[in-house]
Amino acid sequence: MHYTLLFYESPEEFARRTDPEQREAYLAGWTHYVRALREAGIVVASAGLYPPETAASLKRVKGETLVQDGPITSAKEQLGGLFVIDVPDQDTALEWASRGPTDAVEVRQNLPPTK
Amino acid sequence: MIDVHRAIEQAARDSYGRLIAFLAVRRGDVAAFEDALSDAFVSALETWPLTGVPNKPEAWLLTAARRRLIDGDRRARVRADAAPALLALAEEAQQAVSSGFEFPDERLQMLFLCAHPSIDPAIHTPLMLQTVLGIDAARIASAFLVKPSAMGQRLSRAKAKIRGERLTFEMPGADELPQRLDPVLEAIYAAYGSGWDDAAGADPRRNGLTEEAICLARLLARSLPEEPEPHGLLALLLHCEARRAARRDRSGEYVPLSEQDPALWSRPLIEEAEQHLRLAAQAGRIGRFQLEAAIQSAHAQRIQGFDTEWEAIALLYEGLVHLAPTIGTLVGRAAAVAEARGPEAGLALLEEIPTDSVKSYQPYWAVAAHFQSLANRLEEAREAYGLAIGLCADPAVKKFLIRQSRQLGEDWF
Repeated sequence: MHYTLLFYESPEEFARRTDPEQREAYLAGWTHYVRALREAGIVVASAGLYPPETAASLKRVKGETLVQDGPITSAKEQLGGLFVIDVPDQDTALEWASRGPTDAVEVRQNLPPTK
Repeated sequence: MIDVHRAIEQAARDSYGRLIAFLAVRRGDVAAFEDALSDAFVSALETWPLTGVPNKPEAWLLTAARRRLIDGDRRARVRADAAPALLALAEEAQQAVSSGFEFPDERLQMLFLCAHPSIDPAIHTPLMLQTVLGIDAARIASAFLVKPSAMGQRLSRAKAKIRGERLTFEMPGADELPQRLDPVLEAIYAAYGSGWDDAAGADPRRNGLTEEAICLARLLARSLPEEPEPHGLLALLLHCEARRAARRDRSGEYVPLSEQDPALWSRPLIEEAEQHLRLAAQAGRIGRFQLEAAIQSAHAQRIQGFDTEWEAIALLYEGLVHLAPTIGTLVGRAAAVAEARGPEAGLALLEEIPTDSVKSYQPYWAVAAHFQSLANRLEEAREAYGLAIGLCADPAVKKFLIRQSRQLGEDWF
């Protein structure tokens, strides 16, 4: 079954991506995790995202289309990347979520693909 | 010195477990009273710290639970048709409470019921934690990395099965006891999680339920004093628990067993563990948990200022591999052999383990990386460290492994 792991990052975690002193450790955290996922042969799709302040968000309010800078929600933790993995059940998906480098992960089952 | 709050919680859990067991054994139904009693349990946790533990804690809980049943509190999710029968049973329990004798302790039957062969082994431990200790499903779910609502459903299904199939609450006979005891021991051990820690920084899991596991192990050892394995299991858990304070340094960094300061280990817990190991030995029947405890006991010798006897530990693992050839045991043996006879000897044993079974098993890669780097097989060590880090779910251990891998050089990722 396909599950999507949504990795949320705090502003501090996003800042580590560009901090010259922390960048390497930040990347290393992902490199090893990604390799473990790939070695397990369960990766269906993946995407790492640029930070939320680079986003452009589109919203329709009462029929009017608005485009704004930044993410849709103003929550502290923002989506930083995602993996779609093929595992037998939700417990296994959660186990993989616990191994990731971020402190907040949302796990959702994917709908079956439309024909 | 005595943690008052903890003592009160312990008293509440003991009484709760005894009451649930008493009622469940007589009604053949674990869930019937649980809702009413778990509310009473929560109010005990709120009230007792202020009033002190009542003289007859079971009577207090029962009165609180009966009040809810009589009031027909709409929030109480007790099935309406069951209420009269439950009240009649509560009456019986009340008599037992006020008879002046000690309230009967039937929790041992509950332990056997929770690990009944017809119940899915994966739910044995959560069922024990909930019915014997009153731990709520959400906390159990977090400890087992399971979605809380899914855990709740699995627990309800197991209880429905107990009721529906009228699973026996009777104690297994002497001939049946060994087979029936094994899953009980396994389930308690699983509540502790892997207490296994070693030079390479394997993944310690299931944080947060260690005291509860020890509580169950104590109950089992006390209820079956003639059986050696419950003492062995308790000794194992106490040895692991004795090192809890030494496992992290002041800044919260992970400290592997070989670098722990024995002065930080708990001497009383170690002594208690040794005492149970001796009690177990009196039966003259060796078992998996006695061997596991003996291994931890060998490590504990450092508190007396002795060096670790790796050859003896390797020998104990050899015995363990014959009794319980789990992946964890095979990896543990390889690590002990590497310490005793050099890294290559241990690595040879690691390489014998089928690759498929260890692909996502973090301790394997942590141990492999450690001994490959000692054997100067740096390229393999880098690869193995990468996997050990990527599979690690404990941030402190992860940091430790990253530090270790850094020592191999800078071009490691």
